[in-house]
Amino acid sequence: MMYSEKVIDHFSNPRNVGEIPDADGVGEVGNAKCGDIMKMYLKIVDDVIIDVKFRTFGCGAAVATSSIATEMILGKTVDEALQLTNKAVADALGGLPPVKMHCSLLAEEAVKAAILDYKKRRGLFIDDSLAVCEGCCDACYHKQDDEEVHEE
Amino acid sequence: MSEKRIYCDHSATTPLHEEVLNEMLPFFRTNFGNASSVYKEGRESRKAVELARDRVANAIGAEPNEIYFTSSGTESDNWVLRGISTKKGKHIITSSIEHPAVLETCKDLEKKGYEVTYLPVDEDGLVSPQEVKDAIRDDTILVSIMFANNEIGTIQPIAEIGEVCKNMGVPFHTDAVQAVGNVPINVKEMNMDFLSMSAHKFYGPKGVGALYVRKGLRLANFLTGGHQERGRRASTENVPGIVGLGKAIEIATNDIGNKAEYLRKMRDRAIERIEKEIPYVKLNGHREKRLPGHVNFSFRYIEGESILLMLDLNGVAASSGSACSSGSLDPSHVLLAIGLSHEVAHGSLRLTFGRENTLEEIDYVVDKLKEIVERLRFMSPLYEGVEKEV
Repeated sequence: MMYSEKVIDHFSNPRNVGEIPDADGVGEVGNAKCGDIMKMYLKIVDDVIIDVKFRTFGCGAAVATSSIATEMILGKTVDEALQLTNKAVADALGGLPPVKMHCSLLAEEAVKAAILDYKKRRGLFIDDSLAVCEGCCDACYHKQDDEEVHEE
Repeated sequence: MSEKRIYCDHSATTPLHEEVLNEMLPFFRTNFGNASSVYKEGRESRKAVELARDRVANAIGAEPNEIYFTSSGTESDNWVLRGISTKKGKHIITSSIEHPAVLETCKDLEKKGYEVTYLPVDEDGLVSPQEVKDAIRDDTILVSIMFANNEIGTIQPIAEIGEVCKNMGVPFHTDAVQAVGNVPINVKEMNMDFLSMSAHKFYGPKGVGALYVRKGLRLANFLTGGHQERGRRASTENVPGIVGLGKAIEIATNDIGNKAEYLRKMRDRAIERIEKEIPYVKLNGHREKRLPGHVNFSFRYIEGESILLMLDLNGVAASSGSACSSGSLDPSHVLLAIGLSHEVAHGSLRLTFGRENTLEEIDYVVDKLKEIVERLRFMSPLYEGVEKEV
């Protein structure tokens, strides 16, 4: 199994690690049993993500996808951030080994979960597509027989 | 980042010993003859193969005609499990922490109408000889229990299990791939009927193994073809590999006590320092009954593959039982069998030391490990609550 240089860069020097004490939205996906947990904190002003932090329990790919996802949504509007797909996350990292593709899903799910939390807190309209999965991302991913999931 | 590498994964494989390489080299080009040929080139190869057989026999207290060369430990295991006579029945007893070479073969045999009992282990990874005895039935054709575990290093009460099997009249096989060259072995005193080994675990070459078969016992042939290995294992002898295996086992078992003592010093230093200097850790495997160079810890709140990657970036090669490092969904079956939760099993790290490591290197590894664990814990959402309590 080979990680790209970009993955190793984001793993060994992750961006935006930590938490935001007065976050406007916090999302946590995955669980310890699966071996991956991603927690994302958002600070949102005027519908724009002005700060984002994460904490991740997981493998190198899980850390790298969290890190790059925070970079990809920083400065974006909430709706723009919701457009983030697992494929975009993986592509931005120069690709992921097939067995690690589920980590990119986890990043997409973490962003969604944090935005869902933000919308709930603000009493905003919540679209059905924002339902957050509670299973293991890799279980879901492998079930789909390594096809791209979450892509319409 | 340092250029120098520190290799701490000797349970995975070992570098070829210089003297082993020197003995092997002539058999690639100069003495390349087929060991079955009658002319001089063939006779030279035959002589070398038989010298290797003597050396293997000598190292484990067997007779040379009880030794068969194979391609690997995996082949040796397969040969015994698939080749044992089914006249008495189709029941096999093994443990839940065997290497996949045994476990997956047993699962395959179950599909073919065999019945397999997978004995549990205690929290240290030990199989109970009494439980082996209780599991033996009239139709039991084989007991297969590994000598020492590759993941947690626990050494089984193998002589006692062998005695149970002897008294009950059931053939006993042990996968000794991790033990040969690390622990003194005598197949007669330990009541073993079959023993598997693999050269690359004791500074020999990859792609060659051996199987000890006690005189008088027969296995169905696994590979059919030519009449090599006294008609029991077809395929042209891997002469350089066999020569390497013979030399490697001779070196590894010569003065084995002092060699093990050297490894034990490094192992105990690592265990002592990790337990003293890093909080929320758990030593996996038995504290005393463990392979001399073998360390396995779980680090709470973090995941094993990230530890491996960070160590790799710092010049250290190690291994983990986390699912993420294997590509499967579940963490190591061994760590789950000794009762670890998935979360704790995901956070495991295995360091296995060898002859070329030094105490200074062990100290460097532990120093780096301290930094890495701290760093990954800062990144982990599981550590958040804990961190605040501290």
